[in-house]
Amino acid sequence: MSMGGGVARLRHQDQTGRAGARPRIPSSAAASEDPRIKPRTGCALVTGASRGIGAATARALAEDGWAVGVNYSRDRVGAESVVASIEEIGGRAIALGADVGAEEQADEMLASVAERLGPVLVLVNNAGVTSDGLSARLGDEAWNRVLEVNLTAAFRLTRGVLGPMMRERFGRIVNVSSVVGLRANPGQANYAAAKAGLIALTRTVAAEVGRRGITVNAVAPGLIETELTREITSNGADGLLGEIPARRSGSPEEVAACIRFLVSDEASYVNGAVLPVDGGMAA
Amino acid sequence: MTTAIKDQVTERVISALVEFGEEPENVKPDSRFEELDIDSLDLVELAQVIEDEYGIEVTDADMDKIKTVQDAVDFVAERQS
Repeated sequence: MSMGGGVARLRHQDQTGRAGARPRIPSSAAASEDPRIKPRTGCALVTGASRGIGAATARALAEDGWAVGVNYSRDRVGAESVVASIEEIGGRAIALGADVGAEEQADEMLASVAERLGPVLVLVNNAGVTSDGLSARLGDEAWNRVLEVNLTAAFRLTRGVLGPMMRERFGRIVNVSSVVGLRANPGQANYAAAKAGLIALTRTVAAEVGRRGITVNAVAPGLIETELTREITSNGADGLLGEIPARRSGSPEEVAACIRFLVSDEASYVNGAVLPVDGGMAA
Repeated sequence: MTTAIKDQVTERVISALVEFGEEPENVKPDSRFEELDIDSLDLVELAQVIEDEYGIEVTDADMDKIKTVQDAVDFVAERQS
């Protein structure tokens, strides 16, 4: 059955007359020296992309031809090395410093990336912070900061890119949730609430804008080897690994590969989905 | 606002509605959105078109009052003058 895709494509070309807006069409502005990379119009914005899952995702999307905005909050050196590694393979990227939890900084970043790389047609809400503590003693500050960066920032950026995506009749939003949003992890009430909130946000926005060629999906990584989790894996990893059918932690690249798929044209009929990338932990 | 400009705005609003999937022959200046195949997302996008192309801020309250193509044209005319 290819009817859905066929109808969508016809609608796009006949009714908007803007077939050229589809990112598959090469743009001379983003001409690449490396023929392996197919340039696209518009750009991808990945938050929290100076390291870990975000960095791996920025690289993966660049390999698929996207010009990438590499957001970082503090680790400028890390973000610049991600940009350099993308340029090395013939891709295009810029580093964007902004605390996405701060509304003004996030707005400025959106304006800046659109001006420099074109409309944001791919948004990966990856930036995340933790501030763990048992609920009985979890302060408002820890609660609010985690909700602000992990959930509110994702909502605001989503709101900010939907206009351009609707105009283009194309968009991909991928929210990086967590296995913690699907099953309990004592000590992370704030993080879990934010990550579960991301799943509800994903589904709701997917239902709202699906008709415009925009898909909104989430990945729910489990134990991934990043700086955020290195401490866990070096301390009580044995007990935790026992809960993972794969009996190992995952790599940022394994998560990035799933995000790359959800962004790809091949995933055009996947919308509102939550893809666990956790070695079976949530199974 | 001159008639020529009003006609141009009318044409733009109708072309936006056609872009949203409405059949061109169904859209007339006095067409009520509720009779057309126009839903809330389409109206959000229409508001965006008006904001982007005419430089007018459109609030939710403004949108609530716009029920027909003519309402949209009158709104733009009034705000631009």
